[in-house]
Amino acid sequence: MSLIPTSSLNEGGIITEAGNAAAFKTGDWRSNVPQWVPENCIHCMFCWIYCPDSAVAIDNTGEKTVMTGFVFEHCKGCGICAQHCPPAAKGKAAIVMVRDEK
Amino acid sequence: MKQIYVGLTGNEAVATAFKQARPHVAPAFPITPQTEMMHKFADFVADGAVDTEMILVESEHSAMSAAIGSAATGARTFTATSSAGFALMWEVVYIAASLRLPICMPVVNRALSGNINIHNDHSDAMGGRDAGWIQLWCENTQEAYDHALMCWRIAEHKDVCLPVMINYDGFIISHTSESLHILPDEDAWKFVGPKDLKTGYSLLDVDHPITVGPLDLTDYYFEHKISQIEALKRAPQHIAEVYKEFGALTGRHYSFFEEYRTDDADLVIVALGSTAGTAKDVIDAQREKGVKVGLLKIHMFRPFPAAELAKALSKAKVVGVMDKSASFGGWGGPLFNEIRSALYDLPARPKIHNWIYGLGGRDTDTKQIVALIEQLQAIAKGREAETVNLLGVRL
Repeated sequence: MSLIPTSSLNEGGIITEAGNAAAFKTGDWRSNVPQWVPENCIHCMFCWIYCPDSAVAIDNTGEKTVMTGFVFEHCKGCGICAQHCPPAAKGKAAIVMVRDEK
Repeated sequence: MKQIYVGLTGNEAVATAFKQARPHVAPAFPITPQTEMMHKFADFVADGAVDTEMILVESEHSAMSAAIGSAATGARTFTATSSAGFALMWEVVYIAASLRLPICMPVVNRALSGNINIHNDHSDAMGGRDAGWIQLWCENTQEAYDHALMCWRIAEHKDVCLPVMINYDGFIISHTSESLHILPDEDAWKFVGPKDLKTGYSLLDVDHPITVGPLDLTDYYFEHKISQIEALKRAPQHIAEVYKEFGALTGRHYSFFEEYRTDDADLVIVALGSTAGTAKDVIDAQREKGVKVGLLKIHMFRPFPAAELAKALSKAKVVGVMDKSASFGGWGGPLFNEIRSALYDLPARPKIHNWIYGLGGRDTDTKQIVALIEQLQAIAKGREAETVNLLGVRL
């Protein structure tokens, strides 16, 4: 995202866009990272619902909405997606948290 | 326009002006010597003279917070405070300016604790001089009334959008009855006019939803501060326009500072607030004796009119700056610092000395000002003197 100069700012620092979180890349300080295991995924969308940011990528253009992975520019590694990933369906969770080695 | 000649205290006069400006919202919390001003305004509300929504809050921090919420909806909003109350709203005073909200607030100047003291000095408002507010200072009840009408036009100007603090001395102005001219309600309203809800922004504009006061870190905070500074730089031009329009309407002409008998003055006293009135009397008496002394009284302390002041003071031989507040551990009082800095680049600058006076409401009588002028005379004749001096204190 390019930073705008003083002369173009809204007075008082007000934000006029309803949702602009996608413009701010904040995924550079996590210590844990979710790992998606596609073969275990039932595409329940729990991870997408519970993610406090916009770090779960989905494809909703087809007949059925499917999870397609993570947007690591926004993921802070909180692990909520892994907590809510239901392992019951296939016996194994589709999201596991691992140490972010980067 | 026929004005009405009345006798009012400073607090009553300011309450009257605010009634005439028909504010939408007024959060209020009492503190001496501001209390009477809000009492009087509450009377107007109770009597149906104005339909302002008063919010009776539990502290000054809440008063300013409520004012911010109200002003962010676009409502014309004021509150008022003094001393420790101003200190308690500290955090939110800065936020009001940062959010560019045109709140008006009389600060009825009173000493800060401790020890606790209810009387007048300027330590409260001087502490807030870097809060981003426009600061206007008044000498008497008339000036307090006039500025309480003009402040709305300044604060709410679309190119300004900043809060305005009107300073008048606690008790000396706030509780002393003086005769003054006020405008009839309809003429005052014609001058102030309704708040243009299209300027600035409004939280209640559901067609244009906004976020106010977001987290602002290393990427944008600096730019937002610069944008505030730029708004303050634009303010003088609009303050001058409002002064001019008000002068044409009422015959009372204001400027960033008033020059009293300074034309040929070798010695110039610089002061804020009610002390200027005492100084004028002393100057008249000294002029009778042939002493070439004048007074420069500052109305607009923030933004600080440095270039104009430097020009005005460039002809003087000695300038005596009176500060009714101390800067502990600093080099002279806040007014002195600004004046001295403003004069630094003059090719030939006058000698500039500082007098700290009147702390905690210590009476500053004519004798003290005579003594100050005598010291200015001695300095003009070449006597060495301390840069920072004290007036009216037992050592």
